[in-house]
Amino acid sequence: MSTTKAAANGYTTYMTDKLGPLPFCPGCGHYVLIKALDKALVKLQLDPKNVVIVTDIGCIGLSDRYFTTNAFHGLHGRSITYACGLKLARPELTIIALKGDGGCGIGGTHLLNVARRNIGITLIVGNNFNYGMTGGQHSVTTPTDGLTSTTPWGNVEGPMDLCGTAIAAGAAWAYRSTMFDKELSDVMALAIDQPGFAMIDIWELCTAYYSPRNELKRKGLDDLLASYNLKVGLLADNPRPEYSVHYKEAYEAGKSVIKPKLPIEKKYDNSVSRQTGIVLAGSAGQKIKSTATLFAQASMFSGLDATQKDDYPITVMTGHSLAEIIVSRERIDYTAIDSPDYFLVISEDGLKRARARIEKLPETCTLYAEESLDLPETKARVIRLPWAETAKKISKLSVAVIALATMLQDTGLFSQEAFATAISQFQKAKIAETNLKALEAGAELVSN
Amino acid sequence: MGREFLEGNEAIARGCMKAKCDFFAGYPITPASSILHYMLELVPQAGGTAIQAEDEIASMGFCIAAAMTGRKVMTATSGPGLSLYSESVGLAQMGETPMVIVNIQRQGPATGSATKGAEGDIQFTRWITSGGLPVIALSPATIGEAYELTYRAFNLAEQYRSPVFIMANKEIGVTKESVDLDAIELPPLVERKKVASGKDYVPHNFNGLTDVPAMSDFGGEYIARYTTSTHDKTAYLTTNPAVIQEMIDHYTAKIDEAADDMALYKEDFQAGAETLIISYGIISRSATVAVKEARARGTKISSLILQTLWPVSKKAITSAMKGIKKVIVPEMNMGQYCLEIERLAPPGVEVVGVGKMNTSLVSPAEIQRTGGLL
Ligand SMILES: Cc1ncc(C[n+]2csc(CCOP(=O)(O)OP(=O)(O)O)c2C)c(N)n1
Ligand code: SF4
Ligand SMILES: [Mg+2]
Repeated sequence: MSTTKAAANGYTTYMTDKLGPLPFCPGCGHYVLIKALDKALVKLQLDPKNVVIVTDIGCIGLSDRYFTTNAFHGLHGRSITYACGLKLARPELTIIALKGDGGCGIGGTHLLNVARRNIGITLIVGNNFNYGMTGGQHSVTTPTDGLTSTTPWGNVEGPMDLCGTAIAAGAAWAYRSTMFDKELSDVMALAIDQPGFAMIDIWELCTAYYSPRNELKRKGLDDLLASYNLKVGLLADNPRPEYSVHYKEAYEAGKSVIKPKLPIEKKYDNSVSRQTGIVLAGSAGQKIKSTATLFAQASMFSGLDATQKDDYPITVMTGHSLAEIIVSRERIDYTAIDSPDYFLVISEDGLKRARARIEKLPETCTLYAEESLDLPETKARVIRLPWAETAKKISKLSVAVIALATMLQDTGLFSQEAFATAISQFQKAKIAETNLKALEAGAELVSN
Repeated sequence: MGREFLEGNEAIARGCMKAKCDFFAGYPITPASSILHYMLELVPQAGGTAIQAEDEIASMGFCIAAAMTGRKVMTATSGPGLSLYSESVGLAQMGETPMVIVNIQRQGPATGSATKGAEGDIQFTRWITSGGLPVIALSPATIGEAYELTYRAFNLAEQYRSPVFIMANKEIGVTKESVDLDAIELPPLVERKKVASGKDYVPHNFNGLTDVPAMSDFGGEYIARYTTSTHDKTAYLTTNPAVIQEMIDHYTAKIDEAADDMALYKEDFQAGAETLIISYGIISRSATVAVKEARARGTKISSLILQTLWPVSKKAITSAMKGIKKVIVPEMNMGQYCLEIERLAPPGVEVVGVGKMNTSLVSPAEIQRTGGLL
């Protein structure tokens, strides 16, 4: 971290005159702001290589290149995002973002979120109540009744209190000031020194647009503040851990739960002679997807290749859930199943979603269905099973395991042991225990 | 590690980590969200930083800035989020930022069908931002390729100092497949070209237009500058038309002229074939089945599967069309890459697009039917 008491490294300015004078209109508040920032940096004597001035668009955004520090000039209203990216990637750097009131409007969410996250950047807002660069249109801070090129009859919108908004979002440090504040550079140095997020909202004159249109002069700024009952000076100073510090701590504290991944080696044989398509149709909450995955993993324990493609609505806890599993001795190309070999329908939701497909099933297909379902006409060979009844005795969450175990027992595609191995390897011990019972119960439905 | 049963999104995350990615920012969106989940877990394990941003614009802002400090960065989204990436992709091009952008496409436009696949963003990605500069985009067809191409995308990003897109869709991202990632052969990792110590740092230094400028990190040995605005090699603003054109020519040439170098594709040519299927992504797998079935019936047919979509692999496509009378282009959109094939097809060659965007895969049967193979 930087420190105000740093020994003088001999930096007398952090600005270059190579590019000529600053490009602002005479009397523009941005000029004062930039000069104060230079003074603040001189005060801090930071190595310019460790400082990044970040700007976005607007007159204020023309300023980064006049500094001898690193400079990052990005898109309108997004300087906070670059500043945060730099800080997250290199927490040891000093990152100063400059922004206009216009930028605070279009990029308002970034202001809220940097404050909330407490990422240790400094934000300096050159707040001149309008969009200077584009011709004096009104911004989120334009006073009510203020005249701008887009409020020809006076602004009917209310102004946003930038510091107040950031503080409400959790800003650790916030300061409001005007361009006439003699202590501006000291305040900036203090802000830069904060380990967490710190912002300064500097009320300014835009001498090309807002000031002449509204006869706003030095005194007018004070009157404006008074009329809003807004204080200047330090408005918030509530330090808390900076994001990157907190992030590291959270990871260190939580990393012990990381489990190593286990490979799937061939342990069992299979009797699959050609690419085989299995559709499992049920309801959300019936563990259709995860059980299909276990089944596919079981096929891999049996030396097969597998794919799984799911179909479900966006609200995952309601409606249908379908899984399409293909197992094969060879590489699987087309992952959809146009002509299923085995079709399992477990619930009303699944039937509803799959009805049209069931009606078209070929005679080569076996349809395994929960016995309580009212099935449509189909050419498939139909086997009805008391899955729901069986699940009631074990666990409703195991109905998909029961169903697939039944099919596996009936077809002998591969062994029940393979399915059991997948369950034991990939499920938590307690759930695995229940599912191993379900496996047996499912197999029994067809073995006797 | 051996064989696993993985979804494409996990393979992408693993490919990304294999490429030593150490910064990720993203915003949740189906069907790309699980990439965000994997990355939030994996990146800190490798000593890096991963964050869920407040929106896609912030995701891109975080990533671009982090990339310029020397991090290897990735973000991931789907159609609606990609739309919000647009302006920032231009920024990344302007600043010559190496980064990987994953798009797990879903059926659109707008919110579309969140949990359903399509590939409607193919031309959108090519013309993703104002200015129309070229982009690099790869399209995986399998879970293994999702891993491999993500890894390769990092190499391309470094090699060409450019954003690189991975264009998958729901049918890869959340489809699971048996795969052994370790069995996939990968090229060596391309390290970022850094300026030699002691030289002056010019952020966009090039002699020949296709030269890729060496970089210096923000916070590194040199003062670094980055700008969204029209600039010269030193990253200072310029209004000189000759300099501006030279910069634009550079951005364009470094990618377009390398098109054949970065072309990744798979050829399966049959002597005497007069029909060719050109495909990419998940639908190339339907094409493979269509080819197998057609050949089994005695039809002579060739196949070209493209993994690099942008820049267009002109040489590969043109040479595949030699002696061909009909090209079939199946895709999960209304005929987007078909336009590129039409552009390259010699006079007299018929180009038949087989496109739909109804959330289901284009089937081998549809390819053969619309393609006139049945
Ligand atoms: C996305 C986008 N929209 C609009 C613009 C046009 N634009 C340039 S500057 C600006 C307003 C800047 O106002 P402010 O941030 O207050 O800066 P000032 O010029 O007042 O210093 C706008 C709207 C832009 N560059 N980008
Ligand atoms: S237009 Fe306004 S903000 Fe812009 S330089 Fe002039 S006075 Fe300053
Ligand atoms: Mg302004």
